[in-house]
Amino acid sequence: MSDDSFAGGVRAALPVVLGYLGIGIAAGVVERAAGLSNAEILLLSMVLYAGSAQFVVTSMLSLASPAPAIVFTVFLLNLRHLLLSAALAPALRGVAAWKNALLGLQLTDETFVVASARRPLSPAWMAGLNLAAWATWAAANLLGAAFSGAAGDSRVLAFALPCMFAGLLVLQMKGIASGAAAAVAVAVAAGVALATQVLWPGPQAIVLATVLAASAALLAARWKSGRK
Amino acid sequence: MEIRPEIALLVLGCALVTALPRVLPLVLLARLELAAPLRQWLGYVPVAVLTALLSLELLGAGAGGVLAIIPALMIAALTESLLATVVIGVMAYAMLPFLI
Repeated sequence: MSDDSFAGGVRAALPVVLGYLGIGIAAGVVERAAGLSNAEILLLSMVLYAGSAQFVVTSMLSLASPAPAIVFTVFLLNLRHLLLSAALAPALRGVAAWKNALLGLQLTDETFVVASARRPLSPAWMAGLNLAAWATWAAANLLGAAFSGAAGDSRVLAFALPCMFAGLLVLQMKGIASGAAAAVAVAVAAGVALATQVLWPGPQAIVLATVLAASAALLAARWKSGRK
Repeated sequence: MEIRPEIALLVLGCALVTALPRVLPLVLLARLELAAPLRQWLGYVPVAVLTALLSLELLGAGAGGVLAIIPALMIAALTESLLATVVIGVMAYAMLPFLI
């Protein structure tokens, strides 16, 4: 039986809630280790509300990157939401624009996965899913921040950050159809990032590596499909 | 426990550039149709960004970081669980000085 209500959306959020508890606590620990206060962590998790972007902000803050470089990197990282938002749009056609704007504001990779499995999509159900995930994320970030104060070596805990990147990377690679293109993206991104960091250290390493690697992967995918 | 003004500004800036791609397609609905090459390019962006970030983190963490990330990557591929990946990776990194 399908339940299109707000409460139905909250119930559908359970797998996302469980996942966010774990990742959110890890995020809170890392954010605390990077010197952010509890209030700043709450602000970050409620207003930005984007797991990988929060890890990027934390990582670049501890590298003392200038704010414009951090904002631009977050912009590049979150551009992918264009795809998710565009993919949900047909299911929410005819819904008032302001409602769609509010629903889109809380769109994440995880809520997208849950929502894209559901047709038809009701705004109330989507709002329930969104708010359950959002509240869990903020609470888990704060919980992690509280844990972090009690924990010992912050250098060891901060290693949660590269581990999170590694985990997200493996998940993203599984989502790419062309294995060759994904391999090209990884090789070019790692090569350009490391070479730039050694020769010309700074936040441009991440931006340069991203733009070149995505372009190289696109060329590789097109070249491969063109030969068929 | 206070909010530094420069951190508040940074969070607002990041939130703004995050909100635009989340909201615009849903509001403009089918009127915004991305060209296929751009869509495909955007699809590679997460892998590229994450690889760049991971490489720089490991450069900073040194040989111990490179060794400890191997079990983390294996756990990620096997379980697809971010939590398990982080727990195993951090444990490996913490235990490394006792092993070598």
